[in-house]
Formats: sequence, C-alpha cells, structure tokens
Amino acid sequence: MNKYKLTHLDYLESEGIHVLREVAAQFERPTLMFSGGKDSIVMLRLAEKAFRPARIPFPLLNVDTGHNFPELNEFRDRRAAELGAKLIVRTVEDALAKGIATQVPGELSRNRLQIPTLLAAIEEFRFDAALGGARRDEEKARAKERFFSFRDEFGQWDPKKQRPELWNIYNGRLIPGQHMRVFPLSNWTEMDVWEYIQREKLELPSIYFAHKREVVRRAGQWLPVNDLLPPKDNEEVKTLQVRVRTIGDIMSTGCIESEATTVEHIIGEVSTARVTERGGRADDKVSESSMEDRKREGYF
Amino acid sequence: MSNPDPKSIELLRFTTAGSVDDGKSTLIGRLLHDSKSIFEDQWDALQRSADLAGGSDVNLANLTDGLRSEREQGITIDVAYRYFATPRRKFIIADTPGHVQYTRNMVTGASTANLALVLIDARNGVVEQSKRHAYISSLLGIPHMVVCINKMDLVNYSEDRFREIREQFYAFVPRLDIRDVTFVPISALKGDNVVDESQNMPWYHGPTLLGHLEDVYIASDWNLKDFRMPVQYVIRPLTDEHHDFRGFAGQITGGVVRKGEEITVLPSGKRSVVKSIHLLDQELEEAFSPQSVVIQLEDDIDISRGDTLSSLDTLPYTTQDHDANISWMDEQPLVLGRKYIIKHGPNTTKVVFREVVHTVDIETLEEQHGTAELGLNDIGRVKFKTMAPLVYDAYRKNRNFGGFVIIDEATNDTVAAGMLRSPEKPAPVPEHKDYVI
Ligand SMILES: Nc1nc2c(ncn2[C@@H]2O[C@H](COP(=O)(O)OP(=O)(O)O)[C@@H](O)[C@H]2O)c(=O)[nH]1
Repeated sequence: MNKYKLTHLDYLESEGIHVLREVAAQFERPTLMFSGGKDSIVMLRLAEKAFRPARIPFPLLNVDTGHNFPELNEFRDRRAAELGAKLIVRTVEDALAKGIATQVPGELSRNRLQIPTLLAAIEEFRFDAALGGARRDEEKARAKERFFSFRDEFGQWDPKKQRPELWNIYNGRLIPGQHMRVFPLSNWTEMDVWEYIQREKLELPSIYFAHKREVVRRAGQWLPVNDLLPPKDNEEVKTLQVRVRTIGDIMSTGCIESEATTVEHIIGEVSTARVTERGGRADDKVSESSMEDRKREGYF
Repeated sequence: MSNPDPKSIELLRFTTAGSVDDGKSTLIGRLLHDSKSIFEDQWDALQRSADLAGGSDVNLANLTDGLRSEREQGITIDVAYRYFATPRRKFIIADTPGHVQYTRNMVTGASTANLALVLIDARNGVVEQSKRHAYISSLLGIPHMVVCINKMDLVNYSEDRFREIREQFYAFVPRLDIRDVTFVPISALKGDNVVDESQNMPWYHGPTLLGHLEDVYIASDWNLKDFRMPVQYVIRPLTDEHHDFRGFAGQITGGVVRKGEEITVLPSGKRSVVKSIHLLDQELEEAFSPQSVVIQLEDDIDISRGDTLSSLDTLPYTTQDHDANISWMDEQPLVLGRKYIIKHGPNTTKVVFREVVHTVDIETLEEQHGTAELGLNDIGRVKFKTMAPLVYDAYRKNRNFGGFVIIDEATNDTVAAGMLRSPEKPAPVPEHKDYVI
C-alpha cells in the first residue's frame, strides 16, 4: 500500500490553500467575503492554514443585508476579532439610503440588493479580488464556474468570456476596473464541508443546529417568524425544532425540521437528505435560470 | 449516498467526452441517479420541464445541462463539473462536449483528470471522435482510460460486436501513450453494467463501470519520485513570537520531502537543508505531492515566488529554449515572433514562439509538417524561447510540473495550454583534453 496517499478532504484542502496563496501573490488588494456562514467559515480556516504563522494578508468583507440572522452577525464579529483580522461591513440599508441600490416594490428578500452593495464596496476599497465560498455543486449555473471568475467593469459575469483553467495554473491578470471573484471551495460538496467542519472541529453559529423557533409555512417551506416577517392573518405560527442548511436573507431562508444538535447528527442528515441545500431558498425558485441571471449581474 | 468514513476516502477525477448522441448525458444522469446523488428538488425540476415539453418521460440527460444558452441550443458548450459520492470514493466529473470545436474544453477537463471515460455508440463503433478523445487523453497524460461501449441494448447485447469494437480501438492504441485501458459494455439508458451488473450480458465478467471507478488504483498517479516545490509565497510574520520565521509556501508538485534533507533552489543552484515542514500548527516529518505546505530552510538564502525547491538526486531542466506540445484555445491564431506571456506554476515570464514544428490533424491523428498556422482548437508542436529560464520537468514525467498556459498580453486572455517536452540534447561538446600550456 502506498503511504503517500491523500484523502479527499486533504486533497480539497490543499487545492483551496493553493488558490488562496495565488490570490495573495497575484493581486494587490484582495478581500475575503466572510458572512459567518458555514462555507465562509471553512474558507477562513483554509486562509489560516495558507498563511500561518503570519496573519491572513487581506481584510474580511461582509455585505450585511440588515436581514441577517442576529446569531450570524455576533459570530462574524467575534471570529474576526479572534483572528485579529480587519472586518469591513457594508450594509444594504446604507446602499439604499445612498441610492446605490433601489428596491423594487413588493420585494421582500434583500439577496438581489446585495449585488449593488457589494459592487460599491469593491469600488470603494478598490478591491481587485474578492474571495467567496461558493461551490459548484450548489446549483446548475455554478457547475461551470471557474476558480478565478472574471468580472468586467460593471461587475458582470459573462459565461462565454471565462478563461480556461488547467492544472493548478490560474490567470489573474486584470486591467484596472475589472476584478476577479475567486472560489477556493469550487470542488467541495455540501458533505465535504460538513466533514471538514467535523475534522477541524470548527465552531459554527447556533442556527445551523436544531433549535426551537417560530415558523410559518410559505411557498412550501418553513420561514422564521421575526419583526421583518410578521405572519399574515391566515397563517398559522408553529413552534418547531428546526435548523438552517444554508444561510441567506432571513426573509427567504427556509428552515428544515431537524433533531440534529451536533455536526455528527448533521452529517447523518445530509447523507440521507433528499433535497439539495438551496432547495430551501425561495430566491432560486423564481425561474429555472434565476441563479444564472443573478450571476450575470454580479452575484457571488 | 451512505456515510463514508472521511478518513480513508479518496477522490477520483474523470473526464467524459463523447460524440453528440452517444449517450454521455444519459450515462452521467444514470451514474448520479443510481448512486442516489440526485435530490428530490432536482428531480422535480426535471419532471416540470418534461411536463412543459409535452409530458414526455424525465430525461436523465437534462440533469447535466447547465447554462441557458446551452439548453436553448440543446448542447453542452463548456466544461461542467459534477460531483457524486459512493461509500467508497468521491468523484468529480469534468463533463466536456465532444465536437471538434470544443477541443479546448476537452483539453481543459483532461488536465486534472485521473481517468478518461471514452464513450462509443455500439452501433457506430470507433469513430473519429472516439479517436480524438483518446488522443487528447493521452496527450494530457491521463493515467487511466475506460472505454464504455454504450447502447448495447441496440445491438442485442452482442459479444461479437463488443469484441469487434475493442479490436478497432486496439488498432490505433499503439499510436498513443496510454498505460491502462479497460472496456465495459453498457446500456446507459437501461442501466446495464453502469451501477448494477447486467443480466443481459452473461459473457462479460469484468466490473461494472462504477465498480471500476471505485477500484482503479490511483494513489500512484502523482509523481512521488522527484521532489519539486515551486515557491508560491514567502511567509514572514515579523511578529515578536515568530520573529525569525521565514517560510516558503507552495504546493508540492512532485515527490516527497523530508525534514533534514538537503535540497537545491533553482534556478540559482544554491543549496540548503530542510529545517521544518509546516501545515498550520502541525510540524511534519515529511510531505508529498500534492500537499500544500510551508518549508523553512537552515540557511538564509534569497528565495522568492517563482523559485523552485528541488531534490538533488534528480534535477529538473533549467532552460530558455523549449519544445512543447500545445493546444491553441483562442480565436486569434498563434503569431510567430510576437511576445506572449507564459505562466508555468507561479512563474510568469515573456515568451516568443519561433517555429510550429507540426500540427496534428485531429481527425486522422496524422502530423502535418510545413503548416505554420496554429489556430483555435488546433494541436501542434512548437519551439519557443522564454525571457527568463523555466525550471521544469517533461510533462510525461510530471504532469504538474510540465504544463503551462499562454496569455495574450493585449487581452489578458488565456490563449493556449502546453505540455513541455524534454529539451533537445545540446550539441555534444567535442571531446578534448585540457592541455596545460
Ligand atoms: N437504446 C439506448 N438509447 C440510449 C442509450 N444511451 C443513450 N440513449 C439515447 O440516445 C440519445 C442521446 O443521448 P444523450 O445522453 O442525450 O447523448 P449525448 O449527446 O451524448 O449527451 C437519447 O435519445 C438517449 O435516450 C442506451 O444505452 N441505449
């Protein structure tokens, strides 16, 4: 037997570290988008591994929709402080006030409004690379995403203009005004992320674990009841044992009923899950191409 | 999907390429479906589009369609990556279109694959496209190949037909550099020998396709002989706690390195000894390809991004004149004499192409001499000179240290990918004696 053999997690970890170091070396002003969600937690761990014992050589950036779960923001701030990392937060609220982002009447979720907010932050700090925790297995339109995903001056993604990526060579060359989105977790699946969280004993915000919460049934999913989302008259509020699988805007992030209170339990649930993790997100359901449309405009 | 023990599961990356209608999408859909990697909401979406299309059956092929423009045209135009797992392995599929005009996508998908899955329609036998896929797989050095002879249900599950196609394939294998090839007769549509053993082909005693994918031995696919680590990034914390720490970070692209071992730094040729190897807060006794680590050396020598740490036993080449196979990926053809940028590992320098030695007719696999033109989707052999020397191994010896990409300075686009060959032997120095005058 060959003792020089990497497990799939080791392989993915090494690939991610390599990508993070390429970003540090090839770009002048990179940032790491850290939401406090599980994928960005894994990405942050890889960044620690990539640069230890030095500090992570770029600031963390979060676009706060104002609809974030409070547990998430608390976690985000604490984690950044523990690592001694600089955390930049830009809010949709602020972007709305400045007129950078405009709401469409009736629009509840702020996922779309993150786009102009993010692009404005990229411009404000003249970031030339933004690291994101997106994975190719999340959604069909992401299956062809590159590690280094090129964006034009308007932050737009053109699926036809993406650069071929071979071996572990990434072309990060830009002209001023353009930027790169970089996804070190491209090849990870939801299961890989959980297994890695388990292996590395990573701390997660509490909403990933089963907890009692008031929810209402809307468009086939359980949505958390809160100030922003009061139940309608005809809706029945239920208190259920739930957790979230993926974190987006609180207005559109469906909870699933679950008894999973540990990472081990969650791995058990994920391995028997019959619905993709984004299956719980109302914003993807609008049309079969909705993710692709948002991506073209500059979504992660 | 059951629950694999993450401590022992390996990852196998494979490419699929097939001519249009050979059944590639159906096969991938089948693998995902029968290994229970398809989720209910994906299934519902398929059902919905089947209903919209007029109540036809769910088409497994639709699972692998990605972008809208592709859905509209009904073809796959890029490399799409798919993921599935069994209790024994994790898999990444690089799904690439088969047509000549997508040669560059095939090349891209092939660059990181352990295994190539070549699909052949049992009714048509080996066609030019099958040869092209096999050729590209061999050019990109994919270590393993599986030839799936599909649609066996349409040839009455005939053993003779299977053997006949296998002979056709063997007939041109000698022209390629393929080390390991396995043939599996399947029906992607009916499921024979994909995940479950076929009841219709008792004459076949080999593994099912999935069985083979789970078993094929891949641990030696990486070069574990010649230690190479191109330095990506220099880590200098400059904190009180780690005041003297100066670590060289990179992904080991070949071989094994041990603490205490003497190594050389190229191109300078200086030598030092490995003082420590780090992975986060772990200190390792040894590390191997493809791990990403940080190495500290005993001596304070000047090393920066682009330098290579190498074993002393086997040295890589360090030259400015190069000979390589190349796959052109841009609409603007190669211009001899013009400056491009070459990226090889973390190294970037300028390059000028001097000669197109030959191009390869990818229909017939014949070499064509005397054609200077190398355009989109062409494959050929070129000679070029780099402004700074490259430190490399021949691609055949180490895929991860012999590959490079070419970038157009004007557009920043990646316009080509190449595989370095051993440099031509320098003209032998005439024998002479040192006469002392
Ligand atoms: N009878 C039969 N038909 C098949 C088989 N595999 C694929 N097909 C059919 O061949 C056609 C082309 O298949 P598709 O998967 O779309 O091919 P692709 O263009 O290579 O992706 C479809 O009508 C499939 O249903 C098979 O094993 N047997």
